[in-house]
Amino acid sequence: MSVRRLHPEQPDSFAFTAENQALCEREIAKYPQGRQASAVIAMLWIGQVQEGWVTKPMIELVASTLGMPFIRVLEVATFYTMFNLHPVGEHLVQVCTTTPCWLRGSDDVVAACKKHIAAEPQTISADGKFSWMEVECLGACVNAPMLQIGKDFYEDLDGPKTEALLEAFRRGERPTPGPQNGRRSSEPVDGLTSLTGVPPYSDAGAAGQAGESDVQKPSGAAS
Amino acid sequence: MARKLIIDGKEIEADDNISLLQACELAGAEIPRFCYHERLSVAGNCRMCLVEWVGAPKPQASCALQVKDIFPNKDGTPARINTNTPLVKKAREGVMEFLLINHPLDCPICDQGGECDLQDQAMAYGRAAFHRFKENKRAVEDKYMGPLIKTIMTRCIQCTRCVRFATEVAGVPELGATGRGEDMEITTYLEQAFSSELSGNVVDLCPVGALTSRPYAFNARPWELRKTQSVDVMDAQGANIRVDSRGLDVLRVLPRTNEAVNEEWISDKTRHAVDGLRRQRLDRPYIRRDGKLQPASWADAFAEIAARVKASKPERMAAIVGDLAAAEEIKALKDLMASLGVVNLDCRQDGAQLQPEPRQSYLFNTTIAGVEAADALLLIGCNPRWEAPVLNARIRKTWLHGNLQIANIGQPYDLTYPVTQLGGSVSALQDLVAGKGEFASVLRNAQRPMLVLGSGALARRDGATILKLAAQLAGSTGMIGPAGAAAEGGWNGFNVLHTAASRVAAMDLGFLPGAGGRDMAGILAGAGTGEIDFVYLLGADEFDMAYLGNAFVVYQGTHGDAGAHRADVILPGAAYTEKDGIYLNFEGRLQYGNRATFPPGDAKEDWAILRALSEVVGKTLPYDDRGALRKAILADAPHFANANMVAAHGGADPAIWDAIGREGQIDSATPLSSTIHDFYLTNPIARASAVMAECSRLFVNPSKAMAAE
Repeated sequence: MSVRRLHPEQPDSFAFTAENQALCEREIAKYPQGRQASAVIAMLWIGQVQEGWVTKPMIELVASTLGMPFIRVLEVATFYTMFNLHPVGEHLVQVCTTTPCWLRGSDDVVAACKKHIAAEPQTISADGKFSWMEVECLGACVNAPMLQIGKDFYEDLDGPKTEALLEAFRRGERPTPGPQNGRRSSEPVDGLTSLTGVPPYSDAGAAGQAGESDVQKPSGAAS
Repeated sequence: MARKLIIDGKEIEADDNISLLQACELAGAEIPRFCYHERLSVAGNCRMCLVEWVGAPKPQASCALQVKDIFPNKDGTPARINTNTPLVKKAREGVMEFLLINHPLDCPICDQGGECDLQDQAMAYGRAAFHRFKENKRAVEDKYMGPLIKTIMTRCIQCTRCVRFATEVAGVPELGATGRGEDMEITTYLEQAFSSELSGNVVDLCPVGALTSRPYAFNARPWELRKTQSVDVMDAQGANIRVDSRGLDVLRVLPRTNEAVNEEWISDKTRHAVDGLRRQRLDRPYIRRDGKLQPASWADAFAEIAARVKASKPERMAAIVGDLAAAEEIKALKDLMASLGVVNLDCRQDGAQLQPEPRQSYLFNTTIAGVEAADALLLIGCNPRWEAPVLNARIRKTWLHGNLQIANIGQPYDLTYPVTQLGGSVSALQDLVAGKGEFASVLRNAQRPMLVLGSGALARRDGATILKLAAQLAGSTGMIGPAGAAAEGGWNGFNVLHTAASRVAAMDLGFLPGAGGRDMAGILAGAGTGEIDFVYLLGADEFDMAYLGNAFVVYQGTHGDAGAHRADVILPGAAYTEKDGIYLNFEGRLQYGNRATFPPGDAKEDWAILRALSEVVGKTLPYDDRGALRKAILADAPHFANANMVAAHGGADPAIWDAIGREGQIDSATPLSSTIHDFYLTNPIARASAVMAECSRLFVNPSKAMAAE
């Protein structure tokens, strides 16, 4: 987190596409008459999806659409860190650097981004394809370290894997999201160490269940 | 409903709808606070007002807890609240510690020092020998908020009082808090200037030194200043002020609380025009010789005037009272002119078609506090935001907290509340009188409708007819209700909004054309044709001096403004901070202004000048001191004995209300508009002020400002 200000270079104008305009109107219609300002976050989000970042003309358009003072919309836009106040590249790379990811080596991931995208976060790479930023926990700590590109999570990274990932994106490929070290979801990397048998209560395992159980009923032995 | 509470062992009964903080104050406890302000909404974010509710697991923020939220103990005894136990002290010390983590210790260079809430409360709740933070303090970039507000944002404790004031009271939602947590910052949208006429009040509201007065920066410490309670003359509202002076200089003006007049707000002109008291001052008499004004002695100046008076005839002489005069000099000038036999007198230099009788026809009868009881309001040819900004805040408050419906006839203005525009010309008023239109039924159905006639509606050739129409409308829509004040169930919704502080006193004292006398327009016409050859201006600057033709002009006043430039003899007078004076605001409320400093150079108090002059012209006025003069005023106008009171509404007497105004032709072609075209430059003091000039450049004429840069 840092001080969030509007970007010094701003486009002259902003308008929602016809589709997005319809989306906005649907959002506004959700709220009772006189409470239209409730749609401010939704509208800013739709605008960000369209443009990649929240611009000054967008803030002013949203404010005048909803009958709010400009400053009220600016407050919302600067409060929520999911609103990008900087221009973004074609692929926005969000690197988690919160404690679990950091302990598992997110510094290497950041270093890879610095090397392959730009030395400073929130800067568009020379080829215009990327920009990267540090973000707070994205909720994939079991697969730390991780980053998000677009809407997809790429997990279980290290330096070289991140570089390979970014190179693949640069070539126009779209690597499979998820763990990048071969494991399935958050299973152990080198195979299961527990629950290796047939799952209990499944159709196949129902017969063997009683015999394999370690659990002892508290029967007469105790008394 | 009320319920019992035991606060610090003292049992009190408190209304359900007040906050616990207010209940504690009722019980005599002092509760520290930063974000809480009784005229703003409750934010509850500073946590300084913590108190102990015996039985509750944690200390409670007393500002955010209402009395109705506090349930009695299980055994039925009243809840016990403690405000001075060790638990409370520890809790507040913790809050103070948090507030001071990032607050710079720059009190020695901070303008708020000596009158800082944080400083004061740190004396009580700061833990001096207890430093546990070694980290660097957060620093925040200073923001631009305009020419009146200096910001040192590192000092900000995010109480958000300024944001709430801008949004709720001023009605100009340009301030906000961006970012969050440690990075939260108070700013205007993209650092534009805060464009409210009440912006200076955020400086008073700021409990720390984050927002301070830019013109007053590094000028003085509060304990060096002599504080004089006085009354403002920048508009006709008569805001109660405290004039802070050091030596001969007035350094600043602050508001005093008067619930009936200005609550605790004052306009930026009231607050910041005082640097004009030091500039362009007339500090010695002048006589025009060979076309040039040359310094002279008082004796020479008086002799010159006496010679001219002798050479003239009473019917060829005239006197005009300006906007800032106090009752004393108005009375003295009137008596002097009467003793000379002069009947060409006027105090309405804007040409307002007011009539001397009945008194209700030129007063703001609803009273300022009475506005809060209104449910329908019709503005006619006025812009209250510029003519009386603090009254406008009161109208906004009424609209915000009630169901006040507001309509306007005349040029539309941004008044900070929604206004139904009924039309720009007088014909819209005629339609209303005829009962046409939607708003006519709103007025008829309203319990307490009111109208406000601005000077823009009266300072026209058809002003008297508009006055008549307004009185008719008032009579037919129940604006003239039962007798008594609004609080007692009475109602009088007929109001005239003056812009000149001297106007009501001058009208009350009858500074108006005598039998066969000329009014303002007549005087100017006469001066143009040469029928008037002697004009006495008592601080009158607000008309085109070219109309005075070749008349011999005496200007008695404070500043080298329009009148002084035209004058043949200048008599230097005292400004409102330099004399004791009686002022009546537009409600007819009498208030005393007090002298804070002495007039500069040879300048004298105005009534004393007139008394001295009267001796030279051989018509010595019969009062030798202020006491005798005030007695003479009382003999003329007995209601001047009632300080700080408003005449009670006498009920709907048709004999009074039918006699208001004059039948006549109306001019529908000329739209109604306010007479004030630049809020910041309405009188000689404000026009001499560099601060007001800067405000005018920024807020009134932004395009010119751009072109100049």
